[in-house]
Amino acid sequence: MKFGVVVFPGSNCDRDMYDALSYELGMEVKMLWHKDKDLSDFTTDDCIVLPGGFSYGDYLRCGAIARFSPLMQSLGEFVAKGGKVLGVCNGFQILCEAGLLPGALLANANQQFICKNIHIIGEEGQVLQIPIAHGEGRYYADEATLDALEAGGQVIYRYCDAKGNITPAANPNGALRNIAGICNAERTVFGMMPHPERASSKALGNTDGQEVFKALLLNAVPA
Amino acid sequence: MTYSIQIKVMPLKELLDPQGKAVLGGLANLGLASIKDVRIGKHITLEVEAGSAEEARAKAEEASKKLLANPVMEFYEIELVN
Repeated sequence: MKFGVVVFPGSNCDRDMYDALSYELGMEVKMLWHKDKDLSDFTTDDCIVLPGGFSYGDYLRCGAIARFSPLMQSLGEFVAKGGKVLGVCNGFQILCEAGLLPGALLANANQQFICKNIHIIGEEGQVLQIPIAHGEGRYYADEATLDALEAGGQVIYRYCDAKGNITPAANPNGALRNIAGICNAERTVFGMMPHPERASSKALGNTDGQEVFKALLLNAVPA
Repeated sequence: MTYSIQIKVMPLKELLDPQGKAVLGGLANLGLASIKDVRIGKHITLEVEAGSAEEARAKAEEASKKLLANPVMEFYEIELVN
């Protein structure tokens, strides 16, 4: 399995993502420019990553302009074929704006940019400490969509306290149902606000982020 | 001819608008306590080259639906100025 990390104008977590996947996890990683159209190097075993940042200055809405990048057109076809995609932070916002994941990311309920370590709980009940850094991370979708996500097992991470309790107090941004990350019904497109790439190096004191890549992509049993 | 179009994009009524809430707090600090709610959206103006008002409006409608507003979180109103 190899990875492609997309750089948009305004991406700023692309190198961190490269380092986490390449140096920490030993994966083959290729950097992609948003004007690249050719994804023929990538098979359905591979994963394209949309990193965090402020693509196109967050103009209009976060992620709204990035979806028109030439690469995003190819990405739609890649997803249709069954290729895997992971969007982190701004990448998650782009996936929602592009319609590859349902819902939207709204301004944080407290109207502040939040940059801190928080806890999330995964589908297997594993509690991880991962940093968030966003101003617009409050996951929102209508009730029917939220019910469908839960029924389909598409909520991959929720905000929780250090013990794994999913409480309003542990919800940093007011996300509905404490949702920190979701996937599509086919489990090929993943989006999350927390930054696993910022918590993947022993030298930085936290490797919980590696568990995210393993759970979602590396250890995942093919459907 | 060129049609001037104004588009109002607002957060959906049922959504919390944190920006509006922060401004409401500011207004209360100014002593304007009678202002009970603030909601903040975007005002977008377009100059549209079109053969008729209907055509211009249709273009603005398409622009709003596909890009200017995100129906998951916003609604829009289109007004033809000339």
